[in-house]
Formats: sequence, C-alpha cells, structure tokens
Amino acid sequence: MKILVLMKMVPDIVEELEVASDGRSLDQEYLRFIVNERDEYALEQALLLKDGLGATVTVVAPDAPEVDDVLYTARAKGADRLIKVTGLPAGSGARATAAALAVTLPAIEGALPADLVLSGCQAIDDLDGFVAPLLAGALGVPYLGLVSRVSVDAAAGKAQVMKEFAGGVMGRFEVSLPALLGIQGCEKPPRYVPVAKVRAAIGAGGIEAVEASAGTAVAPVEVAALAKPEAAGHAEMLEGSAQDVAEKVADILAARGLL
Amino acid sequence: MAGNVWIVAESWKGSISDATYEALALGRELADGLGVRLEAVLLGHGARAAAASLGRADGVLYVDHPALADGVGEETSRALAALAAARGPGLILVPTTNVSWDLLGLLPARLEAPLVNFCREAVVSGGGVEFTSLLYGGKMAATVGAGAGPVVVAVLPGVRPAEAGKGGAAPAVEEVVADFVVGGGVRWLEYEEPEAGDVDITQQDFLVAVGRGISNEANVEVAEELAAALGGAVCGSRPVIDQGWLPLVRQVGKSGATVKPRFYVAAGISGAPEHTEGMKDAELIVAVNMDPSAPIFSVAHYGIVEDATDVLEALAEAVRKRKG
Ligand SMILES: Cc1cc2nc3c(=O)[nH]c(=O)nc-3n(C[C@H](O)[C@H](O)[C@H](O)COP(=O)(O)OP(=O)(O)OC[C@H]3O[C@@H](n4cnc5c(N)ncnc54)[C@H](O)[C@@H]3O)c2cc1C
Ligand SMILES: Nc1ncnc2c1ncn2[C@@H]1O[C@H](COP(=O)(O)O)[C@@H](O)[C@H]1O
Repeated sequence: MKILVLMKMVPDIVEELEVASDGRSLDQEYLRFIVNERDEYALEQALLLKDGLGATVTVVAPDAPEVDDVLYTARAKGADRLIKVTGLPAGSGARATAAALAVTLPAIEGALPADLVLSGCQAIDDLDGFVAPLLAGALGVPYLGLVSRVSVDAAAGKAQVMKEFAGGVMGRFEVSLPALLGIQGCEKPPRYVPVAKVRAAIGAGGIEAVEASAGTAVAPVEVAALAKPEAAGHAEMLEGSAQDVAEKVADILAARGLL
Repeated sequence: MAGNVWIVAESWKGSISDATYEALALGRELADGLGVRLEAVLLGHGARAAAASLGRADGVLYVDHPALADGVGEETSRALAALAAARGPGLILVPTTNVSWDLLGLLPARLEAPLVNFCREAVVSGGGVEFTSLLYGGKMAATVGAGAGPVVVAVLPGVRPAEAGKGGAAPAVEEVVADFVVGGGVRWLEYEEPEAGDVDITQQDFLVAVGRGISNEANVEVAEELAAALGGAVCGSRPVIDQGWLPLVRQVGKSGATVKPRFYVAAGISGAPEHTEGMKDAELIVAVNMDPSAPIFSVAHYGIVEDATDVLEALAEAVRKRKG
C-alpha cells in the first residue's frame, strides 16, 4: 500500500501576530512557523496503517521555514520518503496551492497513484478554500474530511473510516480507494520520537526538493485589510495574585447566588 | 451583485440545525440589502417536511433523491453544483459545521467558484458584499470582497442568533430536479453514539473547561477538584481530548458539545472560533490565560492573566471556604 501525507507549516498563533505595513498580510518578521497540528495526526494515521498492514509513506510539504525539521522528524517516526515542494509562496491561497499540487504531485515519479492521500483538516490560514477537497476534485478521487479513524481492506480496495460529528457522535463510512481523507484525529496522540533519532535522520539527509508547477485556479478572494478583530465585547480583567482573583470570582459567584 | 441569495439548509438526524437558522438570519439581511430573493435549499430524501420551518426565506428549493438521504458531501455537492449551474445564485451561504463540512469543501471545486471561508460577518456595501473572516484561530480578521457570483460563503456558527432565523409562515416549496451523476465513492454506513455512562456536560450548571494551557494531564485533577467544589463537571478543548486526558464526550465546540451552563471557567483555552461556538452563550464566563491578547477574552465576562492551574487551585479553595 502507498500512502501520501500532506503537511504544511502555519504561523504559530501562540506568538503575538502583527499586521505587515501593507495592511493586508501578517508581518513575517516575528512569525514562527509550526506544522499544522492536524497534519501531525495525518502522519500518525499513515504510520499506524504502515505498522498494521505495511505501507510506504511519503510525506510532501511545501518549502517554509523549519520544514526540514518537520520532514526529518517524520522520517525518524517512520516515513519512507520526504518531498519538499519549492516555489509555492508561503501564504499563497488554498486555491492556488491545490491547483499547483494537482499538477505537481502527479509529475513526481512514484508519488502517485497512492492508495490513500492523507491531509490535515482546515489550516488556520485557509481563507479561500479547503485544499484537501479541492485537490481531491482535481485528482478525481473521493474526499471525506474530519476523519479520525481509518482501517483499510486493501484486497477489497476500500477503507472504513470514522468521521466526527458533534457531541461525541461518529459516522462510519465506506470509502473506495484511492481516496483523499482529511484527518482530524487519531486513535492515539502522535508518537513521540527521541531527539537522537531526529538528529540521525538529519545526518542521513535525503529530502527531495521538487519545483512546483503553477496550476490554473479561479481568481482568489481579495483581502482588502487584515486587522486584529474588533470584539463585540471584552472581559473585565481581574487583577492580583491567584488567591486575590479567586476571591473576586467567588464574590461574583456569590453575588449571583451561584455559591 | 446579480443572482439570489441561497442558504443551504442543514438537516441532520431529522432536524434543521441552529447553524442553519443563524445563517438564514444573515441571508435575510443580505437578500434585503441586495434587493434579491432569499432561497433556502434543502437536499434530502423524503425530507420535504423540514422545509416548513424555513419561513424566513422567500421560498425553499427542495431536491429529493435517494443518493441525498445520508448527507454525503460527494453527492450533496454534485446536486447543489448542478442546481447552482442551472439557476445562477449570487451567493451560496453554507453553515460551517461538521455536517456540511465536505459539501463546503467540494462545492467550490465543482462550481469553480470562489469561497470565502471563516465568515463571521457580511454586509452589503456599494451593490456588493463585504465579508469579514476570522483567521489564525480568531486572532486576526480579514476584510474580503469577492467578484460576481456565484460565491460560496462558509458561515461561522453564531453569526446571528438562531432565533432571528426562525419564524415566518411556512414558505412556498418548489421541488426541483438536480441533474447530477451519483456515485462519488463514499458511502455512509451508520452513526455511532458515544458510550453512555459518563456525565452529560450539556446538563451541568457549572463547567470547568481546560485547554492546552494546563500543560499536563496531572492538572486535570486540579480542575476536577474545582468542579467537585462547585458541584459541576470538567470539560475541555480539542487538544485535551486529543491527548486522551479527557474522553471525547467532554469536548466543547464544533466537534463537541454546545453548552450553556450558569458558570463556565475556561482555563488555558485560547478561544478559537471552533471552541467558542460551543460555549459563548454560557451565563457567566471567566477565562484564565497567560496571554492578554487571547481571543477568549472577547467572549468572557471576566478575564484573568495568570497561570491556569494556580487560579483553579485557588478558586477551588475559595469556593470550599465559602460553602463551609
Ligand atoms: C473542523 C474543526 C473542528 C474543531 N472542533 C473543535 C472543538 O469541538 N472544540 C475545540 O476546543 N476545538 C476544536 N477545534 C480546534 C480549534 O481550532 C483549536 O485548535 C482548539 O480549540 C485550541 O485549543 P486550546 O485553546 O486548548 O489550545 P491553544 O490554542 O493551543 O491554546 C492554549 C492557550 O493556553 C494559554 N496558556 C499557555 N500556558 C498557560 C498557563 N500556564 N496558564 C494559562 N494559560 C496558558 C496560551 O496562551 C493559549 O492561549 C476544531 C478545529 C477544526 C479545524
Ligand atoms: N502547500 C501545501 N503542501 C502540502 N500540503 C498542503 C499544502 N497546503 C495545504 N496542505 C494540506 O491540506 C490541509 C488543509 O486542508 P484543508 O483544510 O482541507 O484546506 C493541510 O492540513 C495539509 O495537510
């Protein structure tokens, strides 16, 4: 079985975000990039399938700061092949990205067809589309998103997957392979890998760089302005030590008859 | 902007979702502002009766087809794309929920239409519509415009109160045929309900919610102590459930439960839209977060910039003391 995992880097939103002088994009200067959290689950799902059934796992990620570390970490966890797609400008919209991947991926020798393409779900910067379903459409394979369990019956060419609905309800679906699944979770948190193994992977090298070809996409939506959101309201801030604020909250609860 | 405003009505397990009524209320404003009709589109099989509650729309377009019975996105997106190609709506509003997720992702591809994602506000301006989208986990808002229709809009839950989208006499229902090819390779089999036995967080008056900011599993215990002192339960954000620190049924938000307790304390939770949609209507919200710019402070009534675990511990102590 062949599995292709799509990973991408996104700004770390634990850091303070600032708007660039163009008023329409993020100021790159202080941005720190981390891997999109859901993509770690996509990789974990691929590795779980590999552990269970045997598979070759190829990870594809666009070039971005820190991406090499992410790819080598994936190798240390068990990925077989690492591909970095260059020439996709960071922050290019989902439409342009999906269109470019749709022409770039099939041109990479041995990458496609894959039985499964696994992506994350909804990166925090996907303003103009969802990459995964757009790509599935372009590749002509079925798409199902918000998946958190995957089991494959390779002989039958089918997968059974669980999709999350609300309130703990899961839907069980049957998907014909090849397919593209947007992964939301896993039966286990992503595996831990010791730093020494990552260092060894870095030492061994082996990231293949592939230049993206431009695809044709519909015109993206135009960002006129980017700003910190105007909140309809803001909390009244309570100050003091933990004990002080706890007493204040207890006062508020008591005043409302909640204690 | 030419073309009518469409709102895709979401029916799940036999009832129309609140997110549908919320988007319907926004759609009403936009259609009135643009001087066009507001049409609700209902896709299903034997589901026509659900159209009766969509009275805030000027009319309902109902597509009945066996392939649409289970709401599989591969099929619903084909049907909707075919219908849109035939009728030429200007805007297609779709609630951003797990139920509509696949439809929302696939429709722009099938229609080759632009998508405005994460929409939390839309106003008519100069004959067009200006959208505001929440990006980066709610930390940034983008003002965007989109060209001539059709434009697909992913409407965030909570965009308007659901009540504003309810009411009105039963609308005229037009049963329409969508000419689409069935067979997208995805088949719904069954729903699996969560195991009974755990507490039902939607029934609690007091909820202590923990997020990634509580740092480790041992601190869930601290939250449990506060919940016990208050007479409530512990719940959490997605990362806490992903880590296995709490069971799935304790998740609050888009993929979790929608809760309206009398008191909700959010400890170490950033306040991403996917979380806040599930708790923003709690009567009293107190947020504890080390980051003074965390979006949770715009939905909380009271905010504390402190270590979450320290505050939970102190609050448990204060509550126990008061209760004697
Ligand atoms: C389709 C979809 C569905 C989703 N459904 C849900 C859902 O149902 N529920 C849900 O919650 N999320 C959901 N998410 C995920 C959501 O987008 C956020 O990623 C998630 O809510 C973030 O959880 P968090 O606030 O705990 O973590 P983070 O965003 O990482 O925030 C942690 C916070 O803790 C603070 N912090 C750090 N240390 C401390 C400390 N010592 N004391 C106090 N504060 C501290 C930080 O400042 C930060 O604000 C969904 C996402 C998608 C794409
Ligand atoms: N440039 C890219 N290269 C590789 N994968 C990508 C890229 N952009 C998006 N993805 C994948 O698509 C997912 C986002 O899916 P979606 O929410 O459907 O747009 C991410 O989590 C990645 O797995």
